Amino acid sequence: MRHIISILIENEAGALSRVAGLFSARGYNIESLTVAPTEDETLSRMTVVTGGSDRVIEQITKQLNKLIDVVKLIDLVESTHVERELMMVKIKTSNETREEVKRLSDIFRGKIIDVTNTSYVIEMTGVSDKLDAFVAALDNETVIEVLRSGPMGMTRGEKGLHL
Amino acid sequence: MKLSGGEIVVQSLIDEEVEFLFGYPGGAVLHLYDAIFHQQQVKHILVRHEQGAVHAADAYARSTGKPGVVLVTSGPGATNAVTGIATAHLDSIPMVIISGQVGTPVIGTDAFQEVDMVGITRPCVKHNFLVKNIADLAETMKKAFYVATTGRPGPVVVDVPKDITDPSIKIPYIYPKEVVMRSYNPTVKGHSGQIKKAVELLLNAKRPMIYSGGGVILGEGSVELIEFSKLLEFPVTSTLMGLGAYPATDQQFVGMLGMHGTYEANMSMHESDVIIAIGARFDDRVTGKLAEFCPYAKFIHIDIDPSSISKTIQVDVPIVGQVKEVLREMIVLIKNSKIVMDKKALEAWWCQVNKWRDLHCLEYDRNSDIIKPQHVIEQLYEVTNGEAYVTSDVGQHQMFAAQFYHFDKPRRWINSGGLGTMGFGLPAALGVKLAHPNSDVACITGEASIQMCIQELATATQYRTPVKVINLNNRYMGMVRQWQEFSYESRYSESYMDTIPNFVKLAEAYGHVGMQIEKPADVRPALEEAFAMKDRLVFMDFLTDRTENVFPMIEAGKSHHDMRLRTSPDKELS
Ligand SMILES: Cc1ncc(C[n+]2csc(CCOP(=O)(O)OP(=O)(O)O)c2C)c(N)n1
Ligand SMILES: [Mg+2]
Repeated sequence: MRHIISILIENEAGALSRVAGLFSARGYNIESLTVAPTEDETLSRMTVVTGGSDRVIEQITKQLNKLIDVVKLIDLVESTHVERELMMVKIKTSNETREEVKRLSDIFRGKIIDVTNTSYVIEMTGVSDKLDAFVAALDNETVIEVLRSGPMGMTRGEKGLHL
Repeated sequence: MKLSGGEIVVQSLIDEEVEFLFGYPGGAVLHLYDAIFHQQQVKHILVRHEQGAVHAADAYARSTGKPGVVLVTSGPGATNAVTGIATAHLDSIPMVIISGQVGTPVIGTDAFQEVDMVGITRPCVKHNFLVKNIADLAETMKKAFYVATTGRPGPVVVDVPKDITDPSIKIPYIYPKEVVMRSYNPTVKGHSGQIKKAVELLLNAKRPMIYSGGGVILGEGSVELIEFSKLLEFPVTSTLMGLGAYPATDQQFVGMLGMHGTYEANMSMHESDVIIAIGARFDDRVTGKLAEFCPYAKFIHIDIDPSSISKTIQVDVPIVGQVKEVLREMIVLIKNSKIVMDKKALEAWWCQVNKWRDLHCLEYDRNSDIIKPQHVIEQLYEVTNGEAYVTSDVGQHQMFAAQFYHFDKPRRWINSGGLGTMGFGLPAALGVKLAHPNSDVACITGEASIQMCIQELATATQYRTPVKVINLNNRYMGMVRQWQEFSYESRYSESYMDTIPNFVKLAEAYGHVGMQIEKPADVRPALEEAFAMKDRLVFMDFLTDRTENVFPMIEAGKSHHDMRLRTSPDKELS
């Protein structure tokens, strides 16, 4: 099953490689990983999407907790949560297709953030499924680049992952 | 007090009351070595290879419980230390390894003797640090000792760039009394509800087993383990790493379990209905085939490291906590419990266990006119009154040592269990002898293993560490040969060396005493003679039976009740 593990980690050089190294050394898979400093610059927030049996996920969270730099973590799948992923898509356009692509983007609540004679860059956020659906709806031939951040998420309600 | 970075490192070692610093100099640590030159409190032990430094410091830690400390230079000094670090890591030994690094301005430029030590050691340390600012140095040293010695112990590397130790840059020195790390909280108290549940399970057991591991030694829980076991009167088995935590000569002890464990220990595990694992981690050398491991048992598992619990074997009652504290709580609960134990069932269980014991699975040919390795260990045990510190290398000799030297006390059996590092034994013996100068120290080794760190014979000369080397010389990489005999139709591919040195002359060349022993009758007198030479290192080269194998054996992919024995068991027994 797919799990989203959200990690609060010391913002130290090498912290990212400790997490990435743990996954590769123990043979766990990483579907996606995002990382950036938080409002407290001594901390980073990392989101890892991974998969595996309950046993494997239990080991992953235990092993992550064992890393000295990891302050706290939560498996978002264990509680109700919201998640979003950011995507940018560069699409070839022509006089004939420009309107159609814009209409499709609007339906998915995308934003066109760059326009040239021959291309659009569309920005879109949402759950990963929605982004998949948008890409699927595009004419494959016209897609130049797809760039995705990987999902990140938070639990619903007032509880949060902080010190 | 204003100190340079080099002086800060050395002063922090003094503040940590470090007795010995095992190391080897080089360009990146010259400032540090100059600071060492100016003081007397920390005694530097100059090894002959950095791997030896780490093993010696590691064994110092294993035999004392205090952290072992190492200093190596950057690049090749650092990489030479890696095998030792990984060895300590897999056996959870508290150590601080200080490695020199090229100066911060040239890090990342492929400078002379630059390696990414933090990167190389990341998977084989508990934690590591790169010190980028002299202001962080003292606190980093404190953190290193704190992390290494608390919780589940382990090695910590502190990588110190050369410019950080520059003697011309001095800052005020304050060594923190304590450190708090918000991301690291090693003290955990066992869950009292779980402890209660465990005690109920134990008191209702009919075929119980106590399976104790290295964590009992690391966590200083030996006294509690003994009281707990005596109270319950259950059979006790131990892993290779746990030997000595429970006295091997006690009636309740059924020997080591696992691949080369006793018949009685493995059979008891297999038939048991309640097993309490204490500071043990269900290692693959212990479990054999996972799917058939202890099919009738409910498991209680006490461990300080949550990630050790339910890693390979799903347990019924997990208890995360300090072995010592949890056992104490259990002892109180057992004493006050109203549950009436089924003494009849326990009696029947002991009856069965003793039947398995009667097979005498460790028996060997005592009438051989070639020296049997088992005979040497038995004689060693007697000559040293079972009181010696015994280090070992890796191979058949290691298993014979574990089977035939009956350890009654913790921290006496010093071996590389997790990584299985050949070359460990000799430097380890030196580390132990430095810590316990008035005790007998024996290094049980093989002619292949001993050659992996043989250069430390020179270190032994320099520091007058009169250990006794017990070389069980079977002219084979015996353990490899045994596997090839069983699994590869005796095709002894590269498990033999036909250029074995003259160990007697070699020992003498280093200034030691060498002996070669060829006849069984000479084993005892030779050992007595050697151990009487209190102030000499004696290298005893025993020419042992080339064809001897270690039994019992659980072969790869087999389970506990499917052991290969020297003689096949009587049908009635099994
Ligand atoms: C550094 C290292 N290399 C290889 C091995 C694999 N290995 C395990 S036991 C063994 C043979 C050891 O031979 P010896 O020291 O003569 O001991 P014996 O088994 O003959 O008692 C080897 C090569 C190892 N454990 N460590
Ligand atoms: Mg050999």
